[in-house]
Amino acid sequence: MDLLEYQGKQLFARHGIPVPSGKPAATVEEAVSAADEIGYPCVVKAQVLIGGRGKAGGIRVVKDRAEAQAAADAILGMDIRGFTVHEVWVEAASDIASEYYASIVFDRAAKAPLVMLSTQGGMDIEEVAEKTPEALVRLHVDPLLGFQDFHGRRLAFQAGVDADVVRPIGAMLAKLYAAFVAEEAMLVEVNPLIVTGERDVKALDAKVTLDGNSLYRHPDNAALRNPSQEDEQEQMAHERGLTYVKLDGDIGILGNGAGLVMSTLDVVAGAGGSPANFLDAGGGSKADAIVSAIEVILSDSKVRAVLINIFGGITRCDEVAKGLIEAFDVVKPRVPFVVRLDGTNDVAGRKLLAEASLPNVATAATMDEAAAKVVELAAAQGAPA
Amino acid sequence: MSVLVDNDTRLVVTGLTGREGTFHALNNRTYGTRVVAGVTPGKGGQDVEGIPVFDTVHAAVDKAGANTAMIFVPPRFAADSILEALDAGVRLVVAITEGIPAHDELRVYTQLKRTPGARLVGPNCPGILSPGKANVGIIPASFFKEGNVGVVSRSGTLTYQIGNELAQRGFGNSSIVGIGGDPVPGSSFIDVIELFEQDPQTELIVMSGEIGGSAEEEAAEYIAANVTKPVVGYIAGFTAPPGKTMGHAGAIVSGTAGTAAAKAEALEAKGVRVGRTPTETAEIAMQILSA
Repeated sequence: MDLLEYQGKQLFARHGIPVPSGKPAATVEEAVSAADEIGYPCVVKAQVLIGGRGKAGGIRVVKDRAEAQAAADAILGMDIRGFTVHEVWVEAASDIASEYYASIVFDRAAKAPLVMLSTQGGMDIEEVAEKTPEALVRLHVDPLLGFQDFHGRRLAFQAGVDADVVRPIGAMLAKLYAAFVAEEAMLVEVNPLIVTGERDVKALDAKVTLDGNSLYRHPDNAALRNPSQEDEQEQMAHERGLTYVKLDGDIGILGNGAGLVMSTLDVVAGAGGSPANFLDAGGGSKADAIVSAIEVILSDSKVRAVLINIFGGITRCDEVAKGLIEAFDVVKPRVPFVVRLDGTNDVAGRKLLAEASLPNVATAATMDEAAAKVVELAAAQGAPA
Repeated sequence: MSVLVDNDTRLVVTGLTGREGTFHALNNRTYGTRVVAGVTPGKGGQDVEGIPVFDTVHAAVDKAGANTAMIFVPPRFAADSILEALDAGVRLVVAITEGIPAHDELRVYTQLKRTPGARLVGPNCPGILSPGKANVGIIPASFFKEGNVGVVSRSGTLTYQIGNELAQRGFGNSSIVGIGGDPVPGSSFIDVIELFEQDPQTELIVMSGEIGGSAEEEAAEYIAANVTKPVVGYIAGFTAPPGKTMGHAGAIVSGTAGTAAAKAEALEAKGVRVGRTPTETAEIAMQILSA
């Protein structure tokens, strides 16, 4: 789960990591009163879960109330690479002497947290890593030992930070590591990490990704989910406990098991179609889960045909068939369906479907055949209304 | 022969008394797996259809001679349960549980690597089936028969799909190993491919990967340097958008890293043939075995 910048900064502050003071605001009025309180000059920053805010005009320094009003007015509601800005973060302007970079990532390949530090902050770090890899120093931490003071010193000296801030930078890395572990993050990134004219170090930005599987241990973090940053179907699926990802095509997909659903998307794309979503009904899906899933798929108005691809292991094909029959009764879909049922109780499932003779439902014996058929049916529906 | 589980497997199931645990443990026993114990703290002395329940894994090892553990407890207890099994001297732990926090998995993995001879398969996996010998986990055994194809996969249902296509063409399996869809799997493709390479029954290896991480790329290097048996690959997730978790916690393209295209290319560059669909994958395997 990704956090907005200000949520990340509030999380940092809880762990004693210095951040500029600021306030979130959802309206122009709130933004102006926040700016008045913080004092001028200050910065109005768009809060969206995507990079490139500065380039899009989503970050503005303002020096008085009129400018604060104009900035908030321009930024709230702005579209930044497909994300609408619903909130801004107003914070005190910082006096920047140096811009560094610090991050801790959950390194899957090394199976250990990876701490990185660079004096080339404020820019695209992937570019730094590519062009001047020696400028980005790295250190893996043993998860059972944890981050030690010498790790911080070693990184700071190796990166070549200014001599007078070696100690505070090391301390900040230790706190970032503590936050990474305590909050069960997959990523904490500070770009830029600044040194001010007074030689204080501060996190001027915060990018935090939390592990969704750990949220049950962190109810406060779980509440930080940003539904306004989610698509309508994704929100609906989340509420129903379904694993759904919105894609931009017109063929709705329902399957069981993450691998099989990913594979189904690929096979549909290979047959010339364009999937509208990923939806994993999960292992052992009962009829009501199927009804719920079909409702989510059909709530996307772009969907022109639906493919149901089931290989029953724990999932029983007769349960899927029952769910489908029930869904047709409840939802009364207007788009064609192609159904492929294989595996546990497949004969019973196919028999149920045949007896129900649902309108507009074709069956297929294999995954490839099902994909070809649904692509053809979607195309025959013509362009979406 | 087969790998990891066979007639010598003596299984202890943690979470045996739970609904899912009972269902699958009894299924495994019906298949012929020797399920010798269950563990549920506080329920020691009870039994589930004749399977004795103990309070600790240590007791299950001491009193019932368990040598393999299957983890079926909910995510919040799973890391502890795996560590308990390792501490009790169990050297093969199969973790079925889905949804274990990633930092827990990191600690478990680090401890695992410090435990000589220990092996963890999963978490978030369907388990291991050696047809005709033993089934440890939730793989629907009826689709598979004994044969010479070893299968290792990050996905459960995709394994069933590919295995079933092979079965329809008359081929069986030495073992089917689900390594799971989480970011920190206890066993990698390499770990299992190494076992298949040594297993005399296995004549061909099918590996089914998916987006996220770099385990397939690492396997490609390993295969080129160490494996003499033919390997056929499949990768799911060519159409997955970056930054989205596709069902499995580990199935995510991060920036430009972990794409299906990069994985397929890495494998093909090392001479591993990669099927574009599960059907094509089974067909390639069949061609090689029939040649």
